[in-house]
Amino acid sequence: MNNHLLFDFNVDKAAKTVYITREFNAGQSLVWDAFTKAELLDQWGAPAPMRAQTKYMDFKVGGRRFYAMISPDGQERWSVQEYTSITPKTNFKMYNAFADKDENRELPGSEWDHNFSEHNGITRVDITIYNESFERLEKLLEGFKIGFTITLKNLEELLGTLS
Amino acid sequence: MKQDIFQAISDPTRRAILTLIAIQALTPNAMAEKFDMTRQAVSKHIKVLHECELIKAEHSGREIYYHFNAKKMQEFDHWLAQFRQNWETQFNQLDQLLTTIKEQK
Repeated sequence: MNNHLLFDFNVDKAAKTVYITREFNAGQSLVWDAFTKAELLDQWGAPAPMRAQTKYMDFKVGGRRFYAMISPDGQERWSVQEYTSITPKTNFKMYNAFADKDENRELPGSEWDHNFSEHNGITRVDITIYNESFERLEKLLEGFKIGFTITLKNLEELLGTLS
Repeated sequence: MKQDIFQAISDPTRRAILTLIAIQALTPNAMAEKFDMTRQAVSKHIKVLHECELIKAEHSGREIYYHFNAKKMQEFDHWLAQFRQNWETQFNQLDQLLTTIKEQK
């Protein structure tokens, strides 16, 4: 279905920056909404089987989105996104940081820049993510490993009872 | 304090050191010579690279040779590949959402 749509993922390790480009088969307005409205973000903003849940979102400069990534076993990993610049439909920038359930941020976070452009009904989104530290990136992926670890632990226990 | 890999490879001199020892293990003295740096400056870079396990020390008589630890670099690349995979999954989810919304209009 989307095999003709561009997807680029590049990492400049020296610059600590990740570059992502993706095309979507929809108009710029709709794609912009999907990135900037909580009710839409929550429908795609976490890789399955994880899901995203926004507690609140105030999409304006200086405003925040406070949301959780929830794993299938119910573990929540909270993050805060703070919008630093918004040019409607074409660009927004934010500062993303992990947080606890009471919205206390763990710094440093990462700086995100999103650019939107439309050509012949296809919308292109360019994202750059600047990460201060690799450890933070590791943490980002930790959540996805948790579910897998639980599975392994169950397997170990099962094997223990069998031997 | 464990050194951060990003931090380690964001320095051009350290990247040059890694490139060099990926070809051949070197002693700190040999590195200092090749880079026209003081032994002290080289030692600082070695410390950073060693702490994040990008290089490994091997004693040979009275000399220490530093080797490039390709395994650690692979680990790092593996992390990034997972990161990419997560994005791919999310974007495919967004494709479906956009299709659903367009059909409803």
